[in-house]
Amino acid sequence: MTSVLSAVLRAAEPGRSLLDAVRRLARPYVVRRIFGMIPTVVFISIIIFVVIQLPPGDIVTSTLDRLQSSGVEVSAEQVQNLRAQFNLDKPMHMQYLHWAGGFVVGDMGYSYRYSRPVNELVWERLGYTLLIAVSAVFFTWIVAVPIGIFSAIRQYSIGDYTFTVIGLIGIATPHFLLALLFMYAAYEWFGISIGGLFSPEYREAPWTLAKVWDLCQHIWIPMVVLGLGGTAATMRVLRANLLDELNKPYVVTARAKGVRPVKLVLKYPLRIALNPFASTVGLLLPTLIAGDVIVSRVLNLPTLGQLLLDALLTQDMFLAGSIVMLQVILIQFGLLLSDLVLAWIDPRIRYE
Amino acid sequence: MSEAIALPAGAPAVQAADEQQLATITPRELTWRRFKRHRLALASGCFLGVLYLIAALCEFISPYKPETRNVAAINAPPMLVRFFDLDGRFHLRPFVYGYDMAVNPDTWMREYTVNPSKRYPLEFFAKGDPYHFWNLARGERHLFLAKGGYVHVFGTDQLGRDMFSRVFYGARISLSIGLVGLVMTFVLGIVLGGLAGYIGGWVDRAVQRLTAVLLSIPQLPLWMALTAALPPAWSPLRVYFGVTIILSLFGWTILARQVRGRFLALRVEEFVVAARLIGARKMRVILRHMLPNFLSHTITTATLAVPAMIIGETSLSFLGIGLRPPVVSWGVLLQQAQNYQVIVMTPWLMIPGLFVVLAVMAFNLFGDGLRDAADPYNTGGQG
Repeated sequence: MTSVLSAVLRAAEPGRSLLDAVRRLARPYVVRRIFGMIPTVVFISIIIFVVIQLPPGDIVTSTLDRLQSSGVEVSAEQVQNLRAQFNLDKPMHMQYLHWAGGFVVGDMGYSYRYSRPVNELVWERLGYTLLIAVSAVFFTWIVAVPIGIFSAIRQYSIGDYTFTVIGLIGIATPHFLLALLFMYAAYEWFGISIGGLFSPEYREAPWTLAKVWDLCQHIWIPMVVLGLGGTAATMRVLRANLLDELNKPYVVTARAKGVRPVKLVLKYPLRIALNPFASTVGLLLPTLIAGDVIVSRVLNLPTLGQLLLDALLTQDMFLAGSIVMLQVILIQFGLLLSDLVLAWIDPRIRYE
Repeated sequence: MSEAIALPAGAPAVQAADEQQLATITPRELTWRRFKRHRLALASGCFLGVLYLIAALCEFISPYKPETRNVAAINAPPMLVRFFDLDGRFHLRPFVYGYDMAVNPDTWMREYTVNPSKRYPLEFFAKGDPYHFWNLARGERHLFLAKGGYVHVFGTDQLGRDMFSRVFYGARISLSIGLVGLVMTFVLGIVLGGLAGYIGGWVDRAVQRLTAVLLSIPQLPLWMALTAALPPAWSPLRVYFGVTIILSLFGWTILARQVRGRFLALRVEEFVVAARLIGARKMRVILRHMLPNFLSHTITTATLAVPAMIIGETSLSFLGIGLRPPVVSWGVLLQQAQNYQVIVMTPWLMIPGLFVVLAVMAFNLFGDGLRDAADPYNTGGQG
């Protein structure tokens, strides 16, 4: 028993790489988890399919509305053809199988509204979505971790109080409000209108150095807006965790033995205080995909989130369903990743 | 929460209880004492009390009805309530200065300038727009009105409607619409989490699996589909209310996990085992002996869930998929401030946003205070 335990502990030693830990201790576990996901994902895909079909009407009726409002007469026969073209005349379960079957082999179907394959639409926006989301996460961490550490080791100082107040306001401000305030400030003080990722003249232009520079000038706003949203919460939690840790006897002992202050904080307490964040790393994955829908809408960003919102509003079944399914699958893998990262940085955690 | 000590019945016990009273403080009192030490939380609680009171009395507090239009003041900036006039003379009765409106020939925007000759003193408990108070009583008295003119403390929107009135009418909806759904979420979470933790076995596995599935379903598509699927004949308010109820069927998972954990830990505690051994029925053990042990924790979690509800309402309404214009809520009001042109021209349309931030902050601080106070025996913790 003890030998097994120590073997597991050795395997998950933090000095070794994450891959190492996965290979040694978690391979059967990971395989089991992945197989366990399949029924869950299938079940959810059925729910999603039903839910998206739930509202009355479908893409054909909304297309008809559009045509009729612009004065085009549509015969009953044409409607039938349209239905057949989109497979809407088939029974529900056949429609589901058609969609799900395509999804499994990597074909996410066809967007009625854009008249293009969903794959193309998703790939087009995936890059920007990831770019914005990753930069926002980096911003959050670069700002929140130093402030969190500072607030913890200088507890009740003026700086701590200042950051506490800013943090509390930050947590209480909805993201879209922050986006609006930034747009207001940028217009008032710098006289630039923001929104979108490019200036109009670069929007359709091929990639050049000038276009990249233009992107850099635009991306900081969504980065800061989305990043600040998480910053406030992150620094509050880090401060609280670190405070709990700093009062423990081992830190006192280390200080008494004359360990340098920097090392005293960084060597162990910080690592333990960061633990809870490891468990949320996986939950970042789905947000990387859809991002913050509302901020995307306000700032007019070309992200998947905005695409999803449009697709849901126009009942573009395949597009909406596929983006949601991508999210669901990423959530599943995210949860697994969280557990593995946690096992990697905290050797006390084991999975059987 | 629960009685401090259990005593055998009979006369000596009554006497003993009296003596005990002198020496002991009930957990409830301990909690209150700890909470009082938390100044900021106490202040937040008072602020929330006032806010809810205003929301309850909004017909009376606001000078106009939310749909009343003042065509003479469209997009007018906020008015300053003054005690000193421009010559520096003091007036006991507060007053406002009326506006002169001129259209800027270059931008075609309305521009307002204060006109000192239009001095409108405020009249308290004055007769104004008639209203139905909570659909119960008729009334026409308002807390204050401007005699001979108009008063718009927070300015007006592009239809000339008074923002001050609209903010408080909006408060009524925004602060209350999600509460019923929230209560349902908590009931479901406690019952299902409790069953899973207490009974264990296949019930536990079933609830766990259900939790895993529900947690993986993104909320936004669910929300939009449900909103569109409810009967179109329903009013927007009713649809929104309906959706919050349906969503509570999905929202109980996180709480259920916490409750399950607490139950797993509690059910091997001595007092629970004792209760079971003397033959208490299952429901009695759960409700009488175990529930009080984490009720305070649950109430705190609920307090901290209210801000999420408020932000949810504002965000969804702002996107146009929550509440819709005939209804007045903070999110609906903020919808008017969708782009920066509007914000630059009429920044006072952001005032509802200020109220959102204040209300959410107050709830968070209040909840933090409750959390610290909820466990009166824990002497550690940070002040």
